[in-house]
Amino acid sequence: MDLFEYQGKQYFSRFDIPVSPGGVADTVEEALRVAARVGFPVVVKAQVKVGGRGKAGGVKLAATEDEVRTHAGAILGLDIKGHVVKRLWVEHASDIEKEYYASFTLDRPNKVHLGMLSAQGGVEIEVVAEENPDAIAMLQIDPLVGLDVATARRWVAEAGLDEAARAQAAELLVKLYTCYVEGDCDLAEVNPLILTPDGRVHALDAKVTLDENAAFRHPEWEEYRATETEDPREKMAKEKGLNYIGLDGTVGIIANGAGLAMSTLDVVNQVGGSAANFLDIGGGANADVMAAALEVINTDPKVKSIFVNIFGGITRVDEVAKGVVEALSRVTISAPIVLRLDGTNAVEGRAILEAHLNDRLLTEPTMLDAARRAVAFANQ
Amino acid sequence: MSIFVDENTKVIVQGLTGGQGRFHGLRNRDYGTKVVGGVTPGKGGTDVDGIPVFNTVAEAVAATGATASFVVVPPKFAADAIIEAAQGGITFIVSITEGIPAHDEARVYNRLVEEFPGVRLLGPNCPGIISPGKCNIGITSGDIALAGGPVGIVSRSGTLTYQALHELSQQGIGQTTCVGIGGDPVPGTNFIDCLAAFEADPETKAVMMIGEIGGSEEERAAEWIKAHMTKPVVAYVAGVTAPAGRKMGHAGAIISGSKGTAQAKMAALREAGVHVCLNPTEAGEKMVEIVRAL
Repeated sequence: MDLFEYQGKQYFSRFDIPVSPGGVADTVEEALRVAARVGFPVVVKAQVKVGGRGKAGGVKLAATEDEVRTHAGAILGLDIKGHVVKRLWVEHASDIEKEYYASFTLDRPNKVHLGMLSAQGGVEIEVVAEENPDAIAMLQIDPLVGLDVATARRWVAEAGLDEAARAQAAELLVKLYTCYVEGDCDLAEVNPLILTPDGRVHALDAKVTLDENAAFRHPEWEEYRATETEDPREKMAKEKGLNYIGLDGTVGIIANGAGLAMSTLDVVNQVGGSAANFLDIGGGANADVMAAALEVINTDPKVKSIFVNIFGGITRVDEVAKGVVEALSRVTISAPIVLRLDGTNAVEGRAILEAHLNDRLLTEPTMLDAARRAVAFANQ
Repeated sequence: MSIFVDENTKVIVQGLTGGQGRFHGLRNRDYGTKVVGGVTPGKGGTDVDGIPVFNTVAEAVAATGATASFVVVPPKFAADAIIEAAQGGITFIVSITEGIPAHDEARVYNRLVEEFPGVRLLGPNCPGIISPGKCNIGITSGDIALAGGPVGIVSRSGTLTYQALHELSQQGIGQTTCVGIGGDPVPGTNFIDCLAAFEADPETKAVMMIGEIGGSEEERAAEWIKAHMTKPVVAYVAGVTAPAGRKMGHAGAIISGSKGTAQAKMAALREAGVHVCLNPTEAGEKMVEIVRAL
């Protein structure tokens, strides 16, 4: 789960990582109140989960009440790459002497944590990595050892941070690492991390991605979930325990298992079609889950045919078949359905469907045959 | 021969008294696997359909001589259960649990490497391992596998593993061992571990490898194949059409920036001399062709 900047900063604050004083505003009036509280000049920042806010006009400096009114009014409702701004973060504007970059993430190939630190902050780190890889000091951290201040001190020196910033930056990095680990982040990134002319180091931005698998030990994440802006179909699917991702094509996909679902998308593409979604009904799905999956797909007006690709393992094909029959009795499925059923109890499953088969509900013996049939329907 | 397990492997099931543990534990036993015990704290002295249950892994190992454990516990207990298995003397651990926090996985992996170098972890979030006719630890349905070799299978995805078994079995091509390494960011066993074991196994004549988007394990496997593998390898990589930045079900299946795409993985494998196929059926057909020509 990605956090908004303001949530990331609030999360940082839990771990004592210094950020600029600021507040959240959903209206121009609230923005004015926050500005008065934190003191002028302020920065008015659009809260959207997408990069390039500044270029899109979503980040503005305001020295007076009038400027806050103008900028807050212009940014609220602004469309930034398809994300409409509903909330602002207003914070006291910092004087900037230097901008750095710092982040922690998992180093998957080496199965340890990876810290990245650079004296070239404020720009996209991918660009720095491309153009000047030596400007990034990488630090591999054994999860069993962690990061101590002494190591962090050597690291800030190696990265070439200014002398004036080093002691505070080392301390901040240890706190950021603690936030990353104890806070169960997939990513904890500060860009820019700044040094002010009066010698203070703090986080001017916050990019935090939380590991949803750890939600069971973080009841405090509930408030972040409430602000998640999800595609309504993705939300509906999640409530029913389905793993759904909306795409742009016309063939609705239902499969069991993430790998098979991905593979189904690929095969549909290979035979000249395009998938309207990724939908994994998971392992051990029963009739109810299958019916819910069909109902979710049925709400997508782009869908011209539905391809159900099941390889029974823990999931029993007879349950899947019952779910299809159940869904057909509950709602009118507008698109034709092509099924490919194999694995555990496939014979029983096909028998259950037998009486219901017609020219809009049919089975095919293999994944490829079924894909061709579903694509033919969609392209009609 | 088989890799990692064989007909003599004695297995305990951590979580045997739970719904899933019971279901799969008994299915594994019915397949012929030597399931010799279960572990559930507080339920020692009871039994599940005749299989004795112990309070701790150490007790179970002392009483049964088990060397493998099938860990079927919820995500929040999985890390501790895996470490308990290693501490109790188990050397092969299969973890099927989906949804373990990434930081727990990183800690467990590094603890095993540092404190228990002789222990192999398969998974988490994997379907397990089956050596047809000999041993089945995990959730794979035994009837889709065919004994007798000569193909070894290694896969990052559960259902695609079944698909691969099915494609081969239907054509009368058997498997030596089929290993599901799982779709999480920190797998205990990776492609290279399995490829190396298959390369060393005289009965395995060819290997089918099923990858997916995310990470760089397929690229690393390609390098290893190029340098060390003498047996033919057929590969399929799922997710050619997957969009960037979205987790496709598995926690590890995500394309970030230009990294982790199926296209890059397929190119690396092709470059290493692997037969790269565009869908599971094509991969099955290619493998049949290779095996028939052996």
